[in-house]
Amino acid sequence: MTKSQRMFEVYRTGLVILIALLLALVIILLVSDVPGEAMKLFLIGPLDSLRHFGNVLEMMIPLLFTGLAISVMFSASQFNLGAEGAFFFGAIGAAFIAVNWHLPPVIHPTIAILWGGLIGSIFCGIPGFLKIKWGSSELVSSLMFNYIAYFFGLYLINYFLRDVNAGAMVSYPFAQSAKLIRLIPKTKVHFGIIIAALMVVFTAVFLYRTRWGYRILVIGKNIRFARYSGINTDRAIILSQVLGGFIAGVGGSIEVLGMYRRFTWQLLPGYGWTGIIVAILARNNPIYVPVAAFFLAYMRIGADIMSRSTDMPNEFVAIIQGIIIILIAASSFLAKQRHKMVVKEAMS
Amino acid sequence: MSEEADAILKMENITKVYPNGIIANKGVNFSVTAGEIHGLVGENGAGKTTLMQILFGLNHPEKGKILLEGREITIGNPNAAIAYGIGMVHQHFMLVPSLSVAENLVMGVEPRKGLKLDTAEAIRITEELSEKYNLNVDARSAVRDLPVGTKQKVEILKALHRGARILILDEPTAVLTPQETDELFDELKLLKDQGNTIIFISHKLNEIKALCDRVTIMRSGKSQGVFDVADVSEQDISRLMVGRDVILQVEKEPAVPKEAVLQVKDLTIVNRFRKHAVDDISFSVRKGEILGIAGVEGNGQRELVEALTGLGKYAAGDISITGKDIKKLSIRGIRDLGTSHIPEDRMTYGCAADLSIEMNLISYKHDHPDLNRKSFLMDMNAIRDVSRELVEEYRILCSTPQQEVRRLSGGNIQKVVVAREFSSDPKLIIADQPTRGIDVGATEFIRKRLVELRDEGSAVLLISADLNEVMELSDSLIVMYGGKITAYIEDASSISEEKLGLYMLGLESQSEDEIGRVCHD
Ligand SMILES: Nc1ncnc2c1ncn2[C@@H]1O[C@H](COP(=O)(O)OP(=O)(O)O)[C@@H](O)[C@H]1O
Ligand SMILES: [Mg+2]
Repeated sequence: MTKSQRMFEVYRTGLVILIALLLALVIILLVSDVPGEAMKLFLIGPLDSLRHFGNVLEMMIPLLFTGLAISVMFSASQFNLGAEGAFFFGAIGAAFIAVNWHLPPVIHPTIAILWGGLIGSIFCGIPGFLKIKWGSSELVSSLMFNYIAYFFGLYLINYFLRDVNAGAMVSYPFAQSAKLIRLIPKTKVHFGIIIAALMVVFTAVFLYRTRWGYRILVIGKNIRFARYSGINTDRAIILSQVLGGFIAGVGGSIEVLGMYRRFTWQLLPGYGWTGIIVAILARNNPIYVPVAAFFLAYMRIGADIMSRSTDMPNEFVAIIQGIIIILIAASSFLAKQRHKMVVKEAMS
Repeated sequence: MSEEADAILKMENITKVYPNGIIANKGVNFSVTAGEIHGLVGENGAGKTTLMQILFGLNHPEKGKILLEGREITIGNPNAAIAYGIGMVHQHFMLVPSLSVAENLVMGVEPRKGLKLDTAEAIRITEELSEKYNLNVDARSAVRDLPVGTKQKVEILKALHRGARILILDEPTAVLTPQETDELFDELKLLKDQGNTIIFISHKLNEIKALCDRVTIMRSGKSQGVFDVADVSEQDISRLMVGRDVILQVEKEPAVPKEAVLQVKDLTIVNRFRKHAVDDISFSVRKGEILGIAGVEGNGQRELVEALTGLGKYAAGDISITGKDIKKLSIRGIRDLGTSHIPEDRMTYGCAADLSIEMNLISYKHDHPDLNRKSFLMDMNAIRDVSRELVEEYRILCSTPQQEVRRLSGGNIQKVVVAREFSSDPKLIIADQPTRGIDVGATEFIRKRLVELRDEGSAVLLISADLNEVMELSDSLIVMYGGKITAYIEDASSISEEKLGLYMLGLESQSEDEIGRVCHD
């Protein structure tokens, strides 16, 4: 891409976000009885206290992991949607170790997180394996696997981890030694954010600076060219899916160990789905993932704050996300302007 | 230059820019008179196809207008073009292989019986048209089974059936044997006598001279003017086309072949229609020689190349490269034996168009110690240096090696492919249509490099549908027809085009003993 084209993509993404936000405001205007208040809370609510801003960062951590996971998998042009299940399943794996094992502090969460990551990588590796072995669509199989993860996960919690003395279906409490330390007082922002930052650097370096990453990128751009060049495409596909699953699994583990005292999820938490939006906004580039994750986290917390003190439901974030995806995926959005730019550049 | 007062069709000041920023047409004026055969020449990439696609509604210009009989028209899509009586036969045929000739011919304007296609009527229409225009086709046979020349006739008939009075033929002779070309010319002259107007695209000047009344010459997107063919010599046209005198003669010493590098024995390849695409052939290519494979496309060349490079499987026989059997080797394994491959289709196999030139140049060598640090990281500086050297050595025209391949012209994309494939000390080079669709400069360059590599000790297997190329560049030739080798010509310069054409059409073939001479140790 030339510089001007890259700028154009940034501009296009910015415009998409702007349109989505404007639409959000219009919806607020139409629906709310206190539109001024609602808009204010939505837009700057996250900034009005340290606690609220902390919420944004807390929300950003899982989105960073799932966004990175999906970026890696999508970079190989494998539309594996298993990040959701890998995140959930990884979290359960970590919960097991956090509940049942007794280890010294630092080591305990490390083992739990790695175990969660391992589970995640197996989980996302399977659709990849089915694809290379029998050509079954990773999109379909990963989607189905998410439900398996969900129900099997609930079963495990229910039969092996459930604290019968607690009122709800939750696990026994995690050992104190397994929890991640909190970094900012008065918020729940935990050590996971540092691991997430390292993970951003790691995936960026891996994809753009190592031979394994190179293979994944080449496969993603033209798999026939990759094959022709002598690249073992099966191996690279599996690697990308396994790595993506690992990152998602680590993300799930870090989320439960950083934010909770027990495993409490009764539903799929949805970070895997939002991670897809993160990856789409970031164009699968790990470097842009933090920006996209921050934006989405900010919007969600804004909507949360708004919904707590006004009549606006926070589900309307889903509408905004939908609009963003549609506009970004619509290759013809601003295509005329892009072509004009190309013509101008070419003729000059 | 000739004046055209009675132009039936005029294009004025046409400018077209593709999304990748290539300016394919720049202020082009073009006009044809009713009832003429109008040549459109220009080297590959000059913008001929683009201009004609604009006329046929497949492309839309940024600027300019089109006038039909003096009235300005807009051609939004091919249906509009057809409604105006403009038909086009594309460079790549657009037929459905599994359907019959008649079904292909009436597609889009099918005669119906209830909800079903009226097959009998379709056949009748086909036979009638075939008779009227003297284009012989068998209405019932499946297009898949037809030779290229016949497919082309079907395309022409299809256009005529839809009411084309102005017929555009985009490089129709590129895929034909000399005999088929002669036949085509007779048919086109007949069409002209019946009052049709023909636009004939070619970059073979003798064809323009033989067939056309007038000629428009294009160079890098611009028209160089229109001339009465009688008034200009081939040299004149060539100079206007390329901007300098060119002689595409390859200068080379006689080959000094050494031991065989590639040995193929009793090879049979079965394709997905369960047909023997390659049928029990044996040959060898020796160090220091260029062995050409001549033949009309679709006679087993593709399957053969796929088998040799590991991209495809083979049913029976043996292939060995530098003495090693490749049956169990991966594509990478075959490459590691010293095999390089210029693929027939550079956009599908030869590159990842969305990646940079750099990233394309290193696809085979990306894990080579030279390009990697001791840690697990790739050595970006080394990659940059290697790429810069190759870009320079192969004169790849680009703003930087970080530029996306997509934004290069066809000739420069091919140079990227060639630079990568030639830079790995190849022992065996499989060059499949190495200069297809690229400009004269790049063509000259690549042919010269091939000869140099031969002299440095590579064995070269050249597959080319371009008769000139395969005859000039090869030291020895084999001809493939119907999956078999029909002739071996030890000295490629000793055979005439016509004789080669007879072998290519399967009208003649050598004895087994003669063909057997192509196997060496
Ligand atoms: N679909 C396309 N997208 C981008 N560039 C194209 C496309 N088609 C052709 N080009 C480029 O436009 C130029 C003119 O191509 P073309 O009209 O096919 O030339 P010709 O038919 O004279 O060989 C070439 O440089 C070619 O690479
Ligand atoms: Mg063309």
